[in-house]
Amino acid sequence: MGYRVSRETLDLWLATHAADYEIWAPHRFVGEGCFSDTDSVRYARVTKLEEIELKERSHYSFKEALTPASQTLFYFTQEACTEPEPPVKGAILLLRSCDLHALRRLDDMYLHNGPADYYYARLRERVKVVLLGCAASCESGFCVSMGTNVSENYDMSLDPVAGDFLVDCKDADWAAFFAARGCGEEPVTPAHVEENAVKVTVPEKLSPAVAKASLWNQYDKRCINCGRCNFVCPTCTCFTMQDLYYDENARLGERRRVWASCMVDGFTDVAGGGSYRKKNGERMRFKVLHKMLDYKQRKGYQMCVGCGRCDDVCPEYISFSGCVNHLDEAMKEVQGK
Amino acid sequence: MIRNDYIPFPSKVLEVIRHTQIEYTFRMSFDGEVRPGQFFEVSIPKYGEAPISVSGIGPGFVDLTIRRVGKVTNEVFERYVGDSLLLRGPYGNGFDLNEYRGRELVVVAGGTGVSPVRGVIDHFGAHPEERKGMTIITGFKSVNDVLFKDDFKRWRQQMNVVLTLDAGEETPEHRIGLVTKFIPELELEDAASAVAIVVGPPAMMRFSVAALLERGFREENIWVSQERKMCCGLGKCGHCKIGDTYVCLDGPVFNYVKGKTLLD
Ligand code: SF4
Ligand code: SF4
Ligand code: FES
Repeated sequence: MGYRVSRETLDLWLATHAADYEIWAPHRFVGEGCFSDTDSVRYARVTKLEEIELKERSHYSFKEALTPASQTLFYFTQEACTEPEPPVKGAILLLRSCDLHALRRLDDMYLHNGPADYYYARLRERVKVVLLGCAASCESGFCVSMGTNVSENYDMSLDPVAGDFLVDCKDADWAAFFAARGCGEEPVTPAHVEENAVKVTVPEKLSPAVAKASLWNQYDKRCINCGRCNFVCPTCTCFTMQDLYYDENARLGERRRVWASCMVDGFTDVAGGGSYRKKNGERMRFKVLHKMLDYKQRKGYQMCVGCGRCDDVCPEYISFSGCVNHLDEAMKEVQGK
Repeated sequence: MIRNDYIPFPSKVLEVIRHTQIEYTFRMSFDGEVRPGQFFEVSIPKYGEAPISVSGIGPGFVDLTIRRVGKVTNEVFERYVGDSLLLRGPYGNGFDLNEYRGRELVVVAGGTGVSPVRGVIDHFGAHPEERKGMTIITGFKSVNDVLFKDDFKRWRQQMNVVLTLDAGEETPEHRIGLVTKFIPELELEDAASAVAIVVGPPAMMRFSVAALLERGFREENIWVSQERKMCCGLGKCGHCKIGDTYVCLDGPVFNYVKGKTLLD
């Protein structure tokens, strides 16, 4: 059901639901950007409309709402391991279309790749999604190429229009909330883009053989393996276990999982000193092929949602989408054509 | 309710067997189902977790053979009988003995690579009626690095055993040279239908498989076990991924037809 909602009513909706949900939305952190004199737009818990960045696509993804950068798995004493308390509130995530598609990928990794993840699953059951419409394309995104520009599986959509908001409410309780406050009904289709400035083409016949192409060598020196491209990516899910201990004898402590990056040193180290993919070009190849080939082989659809964040964050101006657009040539090179 | 797979369970150290200065087998209390080739995540609070292959299985216990390298495994060496370790697992597919039943079997293993296949060797050693001829070719750096010395005595009664050292003096028990040197001289009834298992360091596996193929083995009759940094064991953390494969879920044991595509 579609409604035209005033700012005041939407603020009331936020305040009301903040009681039972953590509401995660893009928020502008002034002056905290990667480059000087820039802001950083990241996800934060909000309770008011004015805290939400409605225009710019966030630089970091929403994934920290579901999989925090550092998450305590359990506390241990000498005798026992105890879980932390489960989250008190559910979560409402305000997501753009690319990110809503990314949520499906997180679900597939955490719920369906091996046994379901306990920590993810228990919060995920209590997650609701608000789709933020995109009236215009962001600069670096290529959602249209990746087929992630349109989303339908939301609980509510949200589009700012001339001082008010248009919402398409699939959640019956939320619809009742707006109806009870006299919001006018009207048909609403969430805004979405049909074209981006950036376009990518993944060669249909892309195969692991492309690993042998010379394309990857240029990244050996250019990439400084900082891992930022992984940390901003809404579909990167890797983590490493880390133990913290509170006393000298390591009898009391906690085990956490922290975000890990396949671009950073140490990711593949095995006990005894072996490691794989020492060169940054090999790591770039691993990342790009995961996003554009391996995941699809395993799950049947592409991993990358084309949000463009990795291109924006790279301090060396390495373009992921640019690299993808060279895969065709690279395939021809390895096939000797 | 979904199970919390991250929380380890305490397991008692029942016995400690010292093979070498740096390699011990810990016999750990365990009652669940487990196969040779599977692994446990062994954890010591403060140091973290390490994936360790099951090197033996028996009533109420599993053997974990641990090498003193890296942070986690050093701490383990201070544990003795009566202490306990925190474990999670078993994880991975392990060896499916049915693949080898009724066939001529060759096992090529290097160093700690003997651990994951020890259960397979023991089984077919004790049940010669379940297979045709059997040969194991096992390689260690030197005489001081040989693992499972007592087992070798038994295995020599049950099958053809080549125990080789990278360097040193030849003795009645030890040949000298890399495992690959002994593959061409394998005495086989029929290489084309024989099966082989290869486990060890990456280069050793590569050369051994090449030598087996040369000797007439078919790719589909060779199995390998992959060493990777397994961290979660649950298909989540991404550390073990190669191409579209998660070694912790889909492996670590692979038929070579699949195994040869796992390159990175
Ligand atoms: S591609 Fe860029 S952002 Fe990613 S690791 Fe390399 S330098 Fe860092
Ligand atoms: S790889 Fe880059 S463009 Fe694709 S989803 Fe991740 S951050 Fe977005
Ligand atoms: S060990 Fe974590 S995904 Fe395989």
